[in-house]
Amino acid sequence: MFAIKEARFLAQDIKLFRIEAPRIARRRQAGQFVIVRVHEHGERIPLTIADSDAEEGTVTIVVQGVGKTTRLLNMLEAGDAVCDIVGPLGEASEVEGIGTVVVIGGGVGTAIAYPTAVAMKQAGNHVISIVGARTSDLIILEDEVRAASSELFVMTDDGSYGEHGFVTQKLQQLIDQGVPIDRVLAIGPVPMMRAVAETTRPAGIKTIVSLNPIMVDGTGMCGGCRVTVGGESKFACVDGPEFDAHEVDFKTLMQRNALYRQQEQAELAQIADDPDRCERELAPCRLQQQHPEVGQRVGQTTD
Amino acid sequence: MAEKLPPKERMKIPRQGMPEQDAHERAHNFTEVNLGLEVAAAEHEAQRCLTCSDPKCVGGCPVGVQIREFVDLVVAGDYLQAAAKIREDNVLPAVTGRVCPQENQCEGACVLGKRFTSLAIGNLERFVADYERQAGQVGLPERAPLTGKKVAIVGSGPAGLSCAGDLVQRGHDVTVFEALHEIGGVLVYGIPEFRLPKDIVREEVDNMRKMGVDFQTNVVVGKTVTIDELMQEEGYDAVFIATGAGLPRFLNIPGEHYGGVYSANEFLTRVNLMKAYDPDEYDSPIYDCRGKNVAVVGGGNTAMDAVRSALRLGAGNAYIIYRRSREEMPARAEEVHHAEQEGVQFMNLHNPVEFLGNDDGYLTAVRLIKMELGEPDESGRRRPVEIPGSEFEMPLDAVIIAVGTGANPLVQSTTPDMATNQRGYIVADEETMRTTKRGVFAGGDIVSGAATVILAMGAGRKAAASVHQFLTTGEW
Ligand SMILES: Cc1cc2nc3c(=O)[nH]c(=O)nc-3n(C[C@H](O)[C@H](O)[C@H](O)COP(=O)(O)OP(=O)(O)OC[C@H]3O[C@@H](n4cnc5c(N)ncnc54)[C@H](O)[C@@H]3O)c2cc1C
Ligand code: FES
Repeated sequence: MFAIKEARFLAQDIKLFRIEAPRIARRRQAGQFVIVRVHEHGERIPLTIADSDAEEGTVTIVVQGVGKTTRLLNMLEAGDAVCDIVGPLGEASEVEGIGTVVVIGGGVGTAIAYPTAVAMKQAGNHVISIVGARTSDLIILEDEVRAASSELFVMTDDGSYGEHGFVTQKLQQLIDQGVPIDRVLAIGPVPMMRAVAETTRPAGIKTIVSLNPIMVDGTGMCGGCRVTVGGESKFACVDGPEFDAHEVDFKTLMQRNALYRQQEQAELAQIADDPDRCERELAPCRLQQQHPEVGQRVGQTTD
Repeated sequence: MAEKLPPKERMKIPRQGMPEQDAHERAHNFTEVNLGLEVAAAEHEAQRCLTCSDPKCVGGCPVGVQIREFVDLVVAGDYLQAAAKIREDNVLPAVTGRVCPQENQCEGACVLGKRFTSLAIGNLERFVADYERQAGQVGLPERAPLTGKKVAIVGSGPAGLSCAGDLVQRGHDVTVFEALHEIGGVLVYGIPEFRLPKDIVREEVDNMRKMGVDFQTNVVVGKTVTIDELMQEEGYDAVFIATGAGLPRFLNIPGEHYGGVYSANEFLTRVNLMKAYDPDEYDSPIYDCRGKNVAVVGGGNTAMDAVRSALRLGAGNAYIIYRRSREEMPARAEEVHHAEQEGVQFMNLHNPVEFLGNDDGYLTAVRLIKMELGEPDESGRRRPVEIPGSEFEMPLDAVIIAVGTGANPLVQSTTPDMATNQRGYIVADEETMRTTKRGVFAGGDIVSGAATVILAMGAGRKAAASVHQFLTTGEW
């Protein structure tokens, strides 16, 4: 079991967790991810490491509750624990000596882009960030990203906060203004990443996306995470997760991500009106209820 | 306790059949197919042994189990001692009794087989191992005084487990690092419940825990920690690498990205490790095979396990597509036989050339070409050659590719001073299991390429002896 030291919502259905995992914290680099299994009967899901603290021995993940597993996860609190967390997996982001980088985060993708923005800045690059969301409530980590960037633009689809429009519109503006952009890093929903790729393609700006296919092991053992890049099959968990956006076959990615939609619906239905079932499944994670002394020790850190 | 019958009488006893679940029934459940010999049948079977003075069967066993001696103990009715006798050379008898290809090993060498049918050594092995387990009297060997030496074992398949068992007995401090969340390697993620119940593996692992082995799951060596860090920062005096041959091979033909196309590793991991066959209780999904046409490409144990799993998940038609003929199939004879009984349809001498799909990205058909057998290749088997112009399309909803595996590079690529061969496997001495890096040993599928449980265990044993020698003498 891996104890949760901090758990707080950043926006509706988007929750941040700080989890005790010293080995992972020690080695993790920007761009890498972990695989989490919440409880004994749960599935294994990949989640990008948003931050880590080697001294404290924790890693931070940001989770959007969409399927059963992420919703169950988001019911956990500080003092609870997850059954398994393994990592850091995947290749680290390339950050050295790039020049001017535009980092784009869409929705919860902002949490995934954030650590790379930090690493890019630390490596001496000029970082311009664009974060976008449907509406103001869904903008996350704004202050953190601002601190990691030389410039920050916030976009909302409905204009309720920041500028009105899509992240691609802002990117197009920057290109049109002649801002010299050496690289774009885009992380978010697949349609957004595809749109960014199409925006930068005519300008010939190298663009990197972080892909989120369905995974099982995360170590190159199953091939379930394969994506088509430049006409070749690649395993996102070991060859990626970052790839050249202009080479990625986004259509296949979307189709493969929808493979289990039916089963996912059935699982959501299982828990929809059954809080008892959720609690039953999460019981092993509720350390405090089983071993009050453990809970006390790890549970104090939430504010 | 039974008296040994005179040789003439012994030869009159027919080989005792293994009782099994009815084929129609079992094709729809994941409970074990073979039910195990009854006591009377086991005694009868054991009587068949001719107690040869130069037992050929032992030479056929990769780890040299003392077969004549343990069978004699079965005749004597001393099943616990019989199990203990096997354990002297084989730490997982309940496993190997179920999964070894006996027909090519001990039973293949048995002299009875020349005139009659060979002794059912595997079934007897399973019998005594199950007896021991059910009696709750697994004789755990004594542990030697602690040596204070630390050994890290990377990977918890049969190679890693057998090495860990031996080293902990010799008093060393043993930690097994496993990438997955469960211990057992292929025994838990690959071989299905209906052939090897997971409780058996779990009990064996618990026994090792009792003996003092420390198991750490969720550690991907090469990612979470490197071999150098283990040795330099965490104080391990020696490392044994037993990471298996876990890299799935695809066919590299068009259409492999379609939904419904799986590697056997993914399909079996979802079924076995993640228990996708029980969706009410477990959350990992798998392709809904019910009523569908599902094919598996390949002819080995993995292919048989996958196709029989698909059948149990409700496939309307379950096919094996294999490019050679039945004689060349590398799978255990019993598995092919069971698959046939259960209704698997064999399309031998066929090979896929392309997968076809619809606009939503799902597989709809496979384009196959017919094959014929030509001259023998380097494996000694007749080489399959395509018959020109014989291509045709077959409708298909899901296909599982089980054409072999390769070496996962995660450990090797982060351990640059350890030599690998052209195919990425670790180079290790056949006898000492030493790699080219001081203090580091390797064995099992990651050295030999995909092989068998018993060979992996044998490699683990050899490595344990060699590690022990290194730790006690300090000589490399
Ligand atoms: C479906 C299937 C059916 C089979 N059926 C039979 C059969 O009937 N009879 C038979 O004799 N053989 C059978 N085999 C072959 C047999 O299972 C293997 O030869 C044997 O398991 C090899 O043992 P191993 O210990 O070398 O590796 P494995 O069993 O593959 O174990 C390796 C372990 O190492 C872990 N690992 C890998 N990389 C890392 C890393 N970087 N860090 C930490 N851990 C890591 C893996 O997760 C795995 O748990 C079958 C194989 C398969 C796939
Ligand atoms: S998740 Fe299994 S190979 Fe990538």
